[in-house]
Amino acid sequence: MSPRLRWRKFVSGFMLTMTGICALVAVSVLFLILGYLVYHGGASINWNFFTKLPTPVGENGGGMAIAILGSAKLLLLASLIGVPIGFFGAIYLAEFSGGTVAFIVRYAADLLNGVPSIVIGIFAFILVVHPFKHFSTLAGGFALGLMMIPITLRSTEEFLRAVPRALREAAMALGASKWKTIASVIVPAAYRGILTAILLAFARVAGETAPLLFTALGNRFWSPGWNQPTAALPEMIYRYAIAPYDDWNRQAWAAGLVLLGLILVINIVARAILSRGIAVPRS
Amino acid sequence: MHASVRPALSVNIPPIVTSPAARETSSALSMRMTISKVNFFYASKQVLFDINLGIATNKVTSLIGPSGCGKSTLLRTLNRMYEIVRGARLEGEILLDGQNILTQDVTSYRRRVGMVFQRPNPFPKSIFDNVAYGLRINGSKTPISEAVEKSLRHAALWDEVKDHLHKSAYELSGGQQQRLCIARALAVEPEVLLLDEPCSALDPISTAKIEELLVQLKDLCTIVTVTHNMQQAARISDFTAFLLTGQLIEFSPTPQLFTTPGDPRTEAYITGRFG
Repeated sequence: MSPRLRWRKFVSGFMLTMTGICALVAVSVLFLILGYLVYHGGASINWNFFTKLPTPVGENGGGMAIAILGSAKLLLLASLIGVPIGFFGAIYLAEFSGGTVAFIVRYAADLLNGVPSIVIGIFAFILVVHPFKHFSTLAGGFALGLMMIPITLRSTEEFLRAVPRALREAAMALGASKWKTIASVIVPAAYRGILTAILLAFARVAGETAPLLFTALGNRFWSPGWNQPTAALPEMIYRYAIAPYDDWNRQAWAAGLVLLGLILVINIVARAILSRGIAVPRS
Repeated sequence: MHASVRPALSVNIPPIVTSPAARETSSALSMRMTISKVNFFYASKQVLFDINLGIATNKVTSLIGPSGCGKSTLLRTLNRMYEIVRGARLEGEILLDGQNILTQDVTSYRRRVGMVFQRPNPFPKSIFDNVAYGLRINGSKTPISEAVEKSLRHAALWDEVKDHLHKSAYELSGGQQQRLCIARALAVEPEVLLLDEPCSALDPISTAKIEELLVQLKDLCTIVTVTHNMQQAARISDFTAFLLTGQLIEFSPTPQLFTTPGDPRTEAYITGRFG
């Protein structure tokens, strides 16, 4: 073997090893986090964790029922704001708008997507908390909803655009109006992708902490209705993890595990949806 | 199946079609559609120049010509599908049953003129739902399952799919998908059926089936087909229009166009000297 060829073989093998190691690191981070959470928080996950209120400092036990319910309420509100606006905005963008309008909206959505979540929190504080003079579920849901809009909008638009033009033409040639074509052919053809996009946007904001700190604030008691401060899982993790009590730290780990588990489940469901039903074959 | 067993023809010897219908002169026929003085533009680019053409009722009319000659564009003016392209503009007059199509409501007009595309484009729905689509959006009064069966029979697909109507349309072969698209178009009982190179994505056996089908379908509706395959035009059509660079060069009964072309450019094209 000539030295030149030996060198080339070495470079090839070296690069292959390096890319392999990087891929392995990328994958193992997830499993490391998951393992760490299970190790520290697994023991604290029990029936009480899901059903009980937090206990006063020094008293063992208690649970995060308020945070789980709070997160559910916040995410429901966020979805009510983010999903319709993102979905219908995407339909306008993909089906009706001209080049310039689409460019501006898309660009703005990408910028909004890049706005730090804490800035979104400040915005929601000024707009919702300040006029009402108190922190609330409403304000937290509003902040999370704002974050869902660009994610839902952009990915829904991509899935709508991926529907072959031939299907639009087929429907219109049969005498379907534009709106009928969208509602009966294009959205059904793209619905699995759209649902996945919505679930992923949901999973993305489920773990957001910063916008909740000065909108939903946090609460150690039940928060009835929508107008009081409420606890939320990521916010509880933040407060419990920095607290100087071992029991609280353990519960923070457990809450992290629950949150990660929730996001994993959403991802798996999204994938399951994507692989079901009649898909439009790629040509 | 005469179409499939016919030996391959050399392009230098135009096939002779002797169907009695094709020998009739156009003056003795009733015209389903009349195209007069049509000029067509994509933005500032003119692609059709002063087209005058009659589409005879219950006949097959073929539009032939080299790529880019405007034959697909001409077909798309007949059901106003060109309107979905931004900047497209049509001048002139197109009549269906004596009425100007350009002044009618476009969605109800398109129900009267069905279209089948170059590549099979079934919806991502079941076989049944594909055929039923046009009936459902039009709020048809007739029982849908009967109409679906009728359309699938007309498209010569019923026997192949009757036991799995609720399977995905994508499980059918390409040729079956194209016949499904024909059935879908027929379900709303159009007066005219437009086909834009319906066989160009299909194998020879599927092509033969579709050609045979088109000849049968002309009892049901008037057919206009675009093809780049001259033998196909000769086999199935009663009238053939030859287009070149957006102009209608010649329009005659098919046997006449292929045996005694009136224009040297037609002769050059059908004998394979270009295109």
